Amino acid sequence: MKAYPHRHLLGIEELSPEHVQTILDTADGLREVLDRPIKKVPALRGKTVVNLFYEPSTRTRASFEVAEKVLSADSLSITTATSSVQKGETLLDTARNLEAMNPDMIVIRHSSSGAPHFLARHCRSAIVNAGDGAHEHPTQALLDALTLRQKKGRLKGLRVAIVGDLLHSRVMRSNVWLLTKMGADVVLCAPPTLVPPGIEALAPVTHRIDEAVEGADAVMMLRIQRERMTGGFYPSDREYHLRFGLTAARAARAKKDVLILHPGPMNRGVEIASEVADGPYSVILDQVTNGVAVRMAVLYLLLGGSAEAVA
Amino acid sequence: MKERVLLKGGRVVDPSQGIDEPLDVLLDSGVVEALGKASAKGAEVIDVSGLVVCPGFIDLHVHLREPGREDKETIATGTRAAAAGGFTAVCAMPNTEPVNDQAGITRFILDRARAEGAVRVYPIGAITKGSMGEEIAEYGDLREAGCVAVSDDGRPVASARVFRRALEYAKAFDLTVIDHCEEPTLAQGASMNEGPVATLLGLRGNPSAGEAMIVERDVLLADLTGGKVHVAHLSTALGAEAVRRGKARGVRVTAEATPHHMLLTDSLVKESGYDTSTKMNPPLRSESDREALLEALRDGTVDCIATDHAPHAVDDKKCEYDLAAFGIVGLETAVALCLDRLVGAGVVDLPRLVALLSTNPARVLGLPGGTLAPGSPADVTVLDLARKVKVDPARFESRGRNSPFGGWSLKGGPAMTLVGGRVVFTA
Amino acid sequence: MSHPAGYLVRQELMDRERLARTLARMAHEIVERHPDMAGAALVGVRTRGVPLALRLAGLVKAACGVAPPVGALDITLYRDDLTMIAPHPVMKGTDIGFSIDHRTVVLVDDVLFTGRTVRAALDELVDFGRPARIELAVLVDRGHRELPIRADYVGKSLTTSRDDVVQVMLREEDGQDRVVLLEKERARSAAGKGRKKPVGRRRGTGSRKKGKGK
Repeated sequence: MKAYPHRHLLGIEELSPEHVQTILDTADGLREVLDRPIKKVPALRGKTVVNLFYEPSTRTRASFEVAEKVLSADSLSITTATSSVQKGETLLDTARNLEAMNPDMIVIRHSSSGAPHFLARHCRSAIVNAGDGAHEHPTQALLDALTLRQKKGRLKGLRVAIVGDLLHSRVMRSNVWLLTKMGADVVLCAPPTLVPPGIEALAPVTHRIDEAVEGADAVMMLRIQRERMTGGFYPSDREYHLRFGLTAARAARAKKDVLILHPGPMNRGVEIASEVADGPYSVILDQVTNGVAVRMAVLYLLLGGSAEAVA
Repeated sequence: MKERVLLKGGRVVDPSQGIDEPLDVLLDSGVVEALGKASAKGAEVIDVSGLVVCPGFIDLHVHLREPGREDKETIATGTRAAAAGGFTAVCAMPNTEPVNDQAGITRFILDRARAEGAVRVYPIGAITKGSMGEEIAEYGDLREAGCVAVSDDGRPVASARVFRRALEYAKAFDLTVIDHCEEPTLAQGASMNEGPVATLLGLRGNPSAGEAMIVERDVLLADLTGGKVHVAHLSTALGAEAVRRGKARGVRVTAEATPHHMLLTDSLVKESGYDTSTKMNPPLRSESDREALLEALRDGTVDCIATDHAPHAVDDKKCEYDLAAFGIVGLETAVALCLDRLVGAGVVDLPRLVALLSTNPARVLGLPGGTLAPGSPADVTVLDLARKVKVDPARFESRGRNSPFGGWSLKGGPAMTLVGGRVVFTA
Repeated sequence: MSHPAGYLVRQELMDRERLARTLARMAHEIVERHPDMAGAALVGVRTRGVPLALRLAGLVKAACGVAPPVGALDITLYRDDLTMIAPHPVMKGTDIGFSIDHRTVVLVDDVLFTGRTVRAALDELVDFGRPARIELAVLVDRGHRELPIRADYVGKSLTTSRDDVVQVMLREEDGQDRVVLLEKERARSAAGKGRKKPVGRRRGTGSRKKGKGK
């Protein structure tokens, strides 16, 4: 096996298919730890990880924290609500103060695209992107892929529809990179006002959800990010649900064993009908377990080894 | 230094007179005395053999930041940067704090420039009071105090009605109206060019159509009013096309382009990993826009090259990309970039470059200079076409370090700058 | 299967038959100590401890009629040298499908060397429960212990130089049954000089890290 060469995880875009494979395989190997009577292994004992969250996040932060604890890393979480961030301290000053504690890794969630790159340039620690602006959310895409692979046995050749607010979605960007790298057929669907220009270079775009869902092995629903909606991208939640929401009737156009994924939190009755969200094809709970396994794999690969070659 | 200076042995390139030949240049008492064989008697002789002697370069678009943001730049440091970059005159944009919308501020700038300036400073007044886009400023007073044009640069004049009044009223004082062409609602929240790169980076984009539609509007209004409009930092193919058509119709429209828009594209934002020294407004555009801009430079649609020198304090740039200030410094890199990447690359020849940097800017705003004709100001830029330049922002005279060109190796650069017959810079 | 680069075979330790005889003897020793195998289990240490444990279980069953349960232990996450090694070992996961509480667990590995692998395995094992007793079975004990650990069942003991490698090949993993002693290719000058070097552990060296030989 080749060494995992990256020092940071800033996005899926820069990973090769082999590196994606390595992360997923490692996550598969690590998932078993979560079923043990004592869910703790000493792999990262003595390592310090700082979770620096500038945006509210329950599941991603909790998932990283659990992964860190399972691997015995010492971790510390800082969120906007409890830090000096609200006193107007710059990102760089905050990061430098944290660096004084000599962490091995900083996991960052930030509303500005590129904030993890900025830290990677100015800090010594390994940087993991836990979601930056509308850029990428690599661990979310990895956990989605792990779930798909687990349920379908493969990624190559799967037909995956990604539906919803493409414009503001970092989850979409990471997923498109990952799935297309791994040979899945991705189709994107949104009202034209929520399609970022040029995205069709990565995957075909349709504005008809029926067309997108037709024959799909998996449908990934993206959250309508109301907090980022500054100016009438669609006329009303009612019309959005009617024209672009995933209803049971639409879900029935997909393959019988279709998987429905949603990065959460959901706007029930807008992008997804409750009956679908709670339906039999929903794998939202598997996503939670896989989220921890994927983050364990990332921590393990970035912190568990050095770049030195074996003699 | 003596009042009489003889620049001996150089190649004179002066497109205003159609000259490109070896000639000596005699300067006396702040004006050009003679070209060609002149008596060197009593003159200090400066050997410029192997060098190119041009009429002084004029930058129509510079942010000197004083008054108000002396942490970013001052008239002293900005004009030293200009001298080091080969410019003998700069036009100072009015978006200072306070905005240069009154004669008192114009006079303050000129007083500071006289006291500390290394090169000539021509203030530009505001189009509207406070550059708020609502009421036009006192152009009569501004003109009398020394303003050479009006502009609300940094922001567009959103209201067509206000812009029309500005064009009309400015005619009374023969002022050109310089517009920052950007449709504000389309550019809201944007930090780079709209397109595939912005999509991949997850940054909000500023569409090229937003520039073009305001250029179109301004051309139509200049046509309607008979006023003179100058398009600042043209950056798009569509915008260039609008200027080209306006010129063909005989509308009084001129345009400038910056070295960065002609040499860089939005892909640099990605390649640099969100380096904030790639963030400016208008943003770096697509490759097809860049090529169209070079074509506009060749065919005369673009009248001059200006830097949009926009120095910032380190903290304004050392932060998240979408929170970083817009703008890059340009005075100390422009000439070397143009010599290497425009003349060296065969986009334009040297006489055309000198026209773009000297003769045309002088003509666009009716400034003195832009020529070495006897009797004109003894403002001279001497170029060394062989000089190796390694761009090192840490060594800039400017307070700003925000340049995307750091580390670039270029061939050719300014060798000497003379203002009013005095040497203000030697490489 | 080839040998690690830079190593030569110095001695053939076991061929297929010899290996089979050795395992049969070890199985008998296990049964001798635990006549009915009640409450006993075998746990192999990945990678080659697992097929060895499976074979021993088969031999035990043949000897006493009871097949003990077999588990697999992936000690990667318990290694004390994780940050010193690269590339990352592939995680194959631990798989112990039975409770180890109150059982006698026979830990099975191919080569006993420094004892650090066994230390990690013991640490991991006790995180799964509280066995009544833990024993250790190894195919080859090559000495050079760095921890107070000894094996209860040993296929073969031998004296090695620290730089040597004991390579165990099993048909399940490697397509053939064979055990060899490898030595480092040395520069022609002053043969044996290298052996007098201090034996401090060096980062990134030693085949332990490859999971191939020990």
